[in-house]
Formats: sequence, structure tokens, C-alpha cells
Amino acid sequence: MPTDTTPSPKNHLPSLSAPGMLARFAGIGVVIICVVGGFLYLGGWFSPHELTPARLVNGFETVFGIHSGFRRNHAKGMCVTGYFDSNGQGARLSKAVVFQTARVPVIGRFSLPGGNPFVSDSPASVRGMGLDFTPANGEEWRTAMVDIPVFAVNTAQGFYDQLLASTPDPATGKPDPEKLKAFFAAHPESARALTIIKAKPFSSGFDNSTFNGLDAFRFIKADGVSTPVRWSMVPVDAFKPEDPAQSANPDKNYLFDDFIARIHSGPVQWRLVLTVGQPGDPTDDATLTWPEDREHVDAGTLTLDQVEAEAPGNCRDINYDPLVLPIGIAPSDDPMLSARSAVYSQSFTRRAGEKKEPSAITPSEVQK
Amino acid sequence: MTTNQQQFPVSMRFFHWLMAAMVLTMLGMGVAMVASLADYHWLVSIHRPLGILILILVVIRFLNRQFSTMPPFPATMSSQERFIAHESEILLYTLLLVQPLVGWGMLSAARYPMVLYGSLHLFPILPHSVMLYAALRKAHTVLAYLLFLAFIAHFGAVLFHTVILRDRLFSRMAPWRVPAR
Repeated sequence: MPTDTTPSPKNHLPSLSAPGMLARFAGIGVVIICVVGGFLYLGGWFSPHELTPARLVNGFETVFGIHSGFRRNHAKGMCVTGYFDSNGQGARLSKAVVFQTARVPVIGRFSLPGGNPFVSDSPASVRGMGLDFTPANGEEWRTAMVDIPVFAVNTAQGFYDQLLASTPDPATGKPDPEKLKAFFAAHPESARALTIIKAKPFSSGFDNSTFNGLDAFRFIKADGVSTPVRWSMVPVDAFKPEDPAQSANPDKNYLFDDFIARIHSGPVQWRLVLTVGQPGDPTDDATLTWPEDREHVDAGTLTLDQVEAEAPGNCRDINYDPLVLPIGIAPSDDPMLSARSAVYSQSFTRRAGEKKEPSAITPSEVQK
Repeated sequence: MTTNQQQFPVSMRFFHWLMAAMVLTMLGMGVAMVASLADYHWLVSIHRPLGILILILVVIRFLNRQFSTMPPFPATMSSQERFIAHESEILLYTLLLVQPLVGWGMLSAARYPMVLYGSLHLFPILPHSVMLYAALRKAHTVLAYLLFLAFIAHFGAVLFHTVILRDRLFSRMAPWRVPAR
């Protein structure tokens, strides 16, 4: 601690008049208020109606309730593990280690949308596949895919509006048709996307579903060349349409139970197919398809050979944030990517500290 | 060093202003990114490596301080005020050291890969545990507000001395050279 040895310089100064003193105090006050105000402004305190990650997740909690320890969306799920064998073809587009000819371990999760972790499986519900590729160099490639050909919305606001509009009315148990009509009137892109989504028939299970990354990304080669790419996991198992008998009388976990039975009979495989965009293809709007004739690159095979109930340390505790990307894959200009990353993180943070309940798909269920 | 030294040495002033700019940027970024959908990703991508840079700098800065001679407090500061100034310096150094460590720890516990730049990654310092993540994530917020309050108190005290008492307290840390008198 320094010691004082110098005389005070204040003796040289004339003392301040009372109004002068007051003005100087006021000046200090104004400066402090401006700094604190700037901080609050950055934190969004002055824009209480702007959509934030917290408000979007609050929307899920309002619609589905809070289910302690579960994801706020895609709450019902089951863990799978396996590996990805790259055939080296992807290296033409990206310098990512995952695309060099090698085997990379994968931790995955199958899920159903919505915030209810005990929802009954139904033929029309969207299916989700989360994957975490973990090459040996410490990088990770995480992706959260669904089995629909395009996203129903192209902005976070659209997503939030859709969530609120499709909330079941407590009286009827169904969404209010007026609210849905208003939503589609305000979001013509969603009406168009729904036509594309409805045109695709549902398959019988997770094992023969095609899962799509939907958002565009940029693949970067070692020489810096960047290519817009969308990716899909195309099943090796042949497509089988949903069994009408099953649809008529679905039991609670039939989609998950069917997959458990399938994996117990042998590994389940998908081909990683990269769709190569061309200049002019929309990269900022996942409600729009790319032309059919775009080049498809088969980059390798995903093999899933183990299934587990959600438990500490497995897929349950991984945030399948679509912007956890390796060198060689970069985000596109799609605004949904940053929004998804922010909202997934908010959901992860909320559930992380909560008391965990057993999942609908239990350890004994995965033994069957 | 002479006894009539009235300014901190150049190295200490350099670290002070460099880190002041970095820490204020980080605090602003932190509150902005948790409230943002569109800007979340690029803000997080800068926040993480900048946090590690602050951690490295605060260690160098502390060592540099140990080898530096500091100017005396002005006579306008009472012994109580000197005690408070000294304690708040310890608080600020502690926060600057602990806050990046908590950030690093919470990302480790959440099992997020920590990209510094390009393929340069940071190793985890804690095991994968979501409960641990949740606790550290809360601590990161509390420490950020504490850091901001400590900054406001420090800033307010310097303004008071400089504008009201006019005791040349600011010139001790001024980025430019102030001749002794």
C-alpha cells in the first residue's frame, strides 16, 4: 500500500461556490446514469416487448407447463450411440476432420417435438434426430434435424407466433382455428411451407425416416472456397408407410419401442447426403426448397448400434446447438441459426439445474 | 524511483486502460447476448476468447504490479478512504481472475467445445455435470453484476475526487504523461 509523502495540491485551488458544487455533483450523476442506462439498454431493459431467448422459452413453458429437468422443446427423447464412417467425398467441399476418410464416434438423440416429455407417440408428429460427432481432435459437430422437408417458419418471431397460435384451447383441446387463420395470413411463407410438408407421406418409424438439417450452412475448403450446403440423413432401411392399424390405435411409445426392437435386431444406418447449393439458392430461408437438380454428395454412413434411456452424462446432458460446428463448416446468413443457438442455450440453462425425473422411455423399456 | 512520483508507471497505466476497455466491452456484450436472438452467435464467439485473454492479462498485470512502484495516495484521502480503495482493488483483481475461470468452468461442465481461434481449443477444467453447469452459470451472472457495481463505485469515486475535490487523483492513472509538480 503506497504511503503519502506529498503535500495536498487542493490548497492551491479556490474553493467551489455552492451552485458550482451542486452543478458538478449533478454532472457526475448524469454521467453515472448514462453509463448504467447504456448497460441496461444493451441488456434489453428498455424494450420489454422485443422477442428474446427467455421470452421464447417462456412461451413454451406457458403452452406446455414446466417439466422439471426436461428440454423445453423436443422434451420426449431417447439416446442412441454409434459412429460415422466418412468415405472422403465430403472433403471435396469442406476441410472438416469429419469428412476425411475415418470413423468418428457419434452420440445421438431421437425425439418428438413439444414441451411435454410424456406425450403419446402419434403418426403425424414430427420426429427429431440430434447428432453430436466427436472427432479425436476435440472439435464437435452438433446438428438437430427433423423429418420434414422444410421448416414451417423462417424467423424466430414466426416460430413464436406459430407456437402461440397452435396452442390447444383448454375448452376444445384443439388450436383455435381463428388464431391459426390469422397466423397463416400474417405468415404466407408458413402456409407455403405447410403445403410442402403435408405433401410428404409419413414413414412407419424413426429407422426409415429421412432427417433434414433444413438450415443452410457454408462448407469451407482448405483453400478458403465456401459452398452453401444443406444436409440430410437418408435411411438405408427402405421406406415403409405408416401402418393404418397403428395410426388408428397408437400406443404411448410405439415409435420409440419399434426403434428399440429394430436396433436389437442389428445396427441401423443412414447415408449423410450433402446438397450443394448454387449461387442464387436461398440460404437465409429454411421454408424454401432448393431446385431438385442440385448436386447430392454421399459423404458417408451413420451407423447407430446402441440405445439407452436418457441418463446423467449421456445425450440428456448435451445441448444439440446447431452452431457447435467444426472448422470447415460455418453458419450461413439464415437468422434462424443464431436464434436457435440462443434459445437452445436458454432451455439448456433452465433445465440443467432442475431436479431430473425419469424419462418416458425408461431403462427397462430399452431392454425390451 | 523517486519519492515525488505522482503517476503509476507506464506499464501499469497501459494494463489499466486496456483491461478497462476489455472488461466494459465484455460486460456490455454479456448482457446484450443473453437478451438477443439475432446477435447471440457472433457475440458469444467473441465473448469466449476475449474472456480467456482477460484471464491471461490479469495474471500478467498482477505480476507486473508486484514489480512496480506506485505513487502515493493524495492527501485528500482519509485513512478510511485509503483502506476502502485498497480493499476494492483486491475485490476488482479477484473478480477479474474468478469471472473468466467461472466462465471456462461452466462451459467445461456443460461439455461445450471451447473454440479460441480457428482450430485452437481450450481443454475442459471440470467434468461434464449439468448441475455444476447450472450453479456456475448463475455465479457468472452474479459476478458480472458485482463487477459492474464495483466499476461504478470506482468510476464514481474517481469522478468525485477529480471534479469536486480537484486533487489530481485522476492524473495518477491518466493515459498520458502528467508532469510532476
